[in-house]
Amino acid sequence: MIVVSALSAGIAAAVLVIVVLYVIGKGAPALSVSFFTQVPRPVGIPGGGVANALLGSLVVIAIASALAIPVGVLAGIYLALFGRGRLAGAVRFLSDVLTGVPSIAIGVFAYALIVLPTRHFSGGSASLALAIIMLPIVVRTTEEAVRLVPHVIREGALALGMPVWRAVLAVTVPVARPGIITGALLAIARVAGESAPLLFTAFGSQLFSNPVTSPTAALPLLIFQYAISPYKDWQQAAWGSALVLIVVVFALNVAARVAFRSRFASR
Amino acid sequence: MASEIVVRDLNAYYGAHCAVEGVNIRFQAGAITALIGPSGCGKSTLLRCLNRMHEVIPNTRVDGQVLLDATNLYAPGVDATLLRQRVGMVFQRPNPFPTMTIFENVVAGAKLANHVRDRHTLADIAERSLRRAALWDEVKDKLHRSGTSLSGGQQQRLCIARALAVEPDVLLMDEPASALDPISTTKIEDLMRELKGAFTIIIVTHNMQQAARVSDYTGFLLAGENTPGQLIEFDETSKMFTTPKDKRTEDYITGRFG
Repeated sequence: MIVVSALSAGIAAAVLVIVVLYVIGKGAPALSVSFFTQVPRPVGIPGGGVANALLGSLVVIAIASALAIPVGVLAGIYLALFGRGRLAGAVRFLSDVLTGVPSIAIGVFAYALIVLPTRHFSGGSASLALAIIMLPIVVRTTEEAVRLVPHVIREGALALGMPVWRAVLAVTVPVARPGIITGALLAIARVAGESAPLLFTAFGSQLFSNPVTSPTAALPLLIFQYAISPYKDWQQAAWGSALVLIVVVFALNVAARVAFRSRFASR
Repeated sequence: MASEIVVRDLNAYYGAHCAVEGVNIRFQAGAITALIGPSGCGKSTLLRCLNRMHEVIPNTRVDGQVLLDATNLYAPGVDATLLRQRVGMVFQRPNPFPTMTIFENVVAGAKLANHVRDRHTLADIAERSLRRAALWDEVKDKLHRSGTSLSGGQQQRLCIARALAVEPDVLLMDEPASALDPISTTKIEDLMRELKGAFTIIIVTHNMQQAARVSDYTGFLLAGENTPGQLIEFDETSKMFTTPKDKRTEDYITGRFG
């Protein structure tokens, strides 16, 4: 039994290593300065890059974060400290449900809500879709982080005569901050690689475009479109983009771990 | 200014469970009053009713009156946050704010409750409060280190300094030395004697020697198997520990139960 489970653990680790090594092997040759600074060139012309997709992903995710993180953090604080009534139960249940909704369904929702009325694809609609995916993750990780703060800490603040909101913002939340940051980073990492909800929101683009109001390129979309194309140099660019995406997500995960560890470090 | 607290017909509940019933007591201004009794007798609950910290716990309720210099704390319209600035509290376990430095901890109440903004004023408040809490000499060179870097006894004196920085009239102490070693305990007790007069001090303790050592007055609470905690006897500490009037008090202080 132990042998079997050890073997399984070995297989799991091996698969991960193989995937990463394979992507590095295929993607590394594609990386160059121009890969990060130029837009794609037409098929057959050497050079060019994926700068438009990098910028598109960056802006779409930044706006999604700006929408989801403040709301999610405040909702999480509410659930952890004041959430006893029916509203809190409903919020908790709905965010659990929302976590399980397939991302493509959320993409369809953003499509119906924004793309159809405005009659064109846009980075903004993609941001909305990603924000909806991020929201429950941020809510629940914030709730957990705030709940872990010993209640004697908050009582200490209340006993000094601080109003409740002050005690929460000045005393409880700073203690929970590493956990809150971890949750936010994990939510960003989760949506950074999402492609399904972008298909019919961001749509993709071969050029630099306004990443909020126009159809915009994004890394996961570019990987999808280039990888299934018949052209060698496009496939090469897809591998390079996949590598960039893996590195970004890996870096976000490491950052999340470092942030969480600093909770116990003394200053 | 030390203030007097008068408790009238106080009942305290957790949900439907009544923890303290029918308490009438007068805490004299500037004196140290100890509340003693076995575990579960409601002495901490009674203490928490005196600065309305009882209601911080969900589903709790208080009946009766607590008069702070003749103002009923439970009258409608009384702001609990303002009241708590007049009635400070020190908890059983030292609870310095973990993300704050020693300095920030001391001035936290002054800054976030009393709205003192001026840096020099805050520095003055910090020094005065730390001196009063007999901690200044030990921490004056490391004010910008984390409050949690101190020893347990120092952390508790830091929490006392933090409570004093808000300039309260009354200081409530909930078994302030029960988590500390004997030397730190002695320091806290010395400190209480220093603060007496300037502040009305009410201390909950399960340590009868401690009550006998530091307090001027003692109240003995007792709860039955299925009856809420009640105030059995209240008197000057010297009388209470030599000639108790109630048989149950005598049994408790002579160590026959509890």
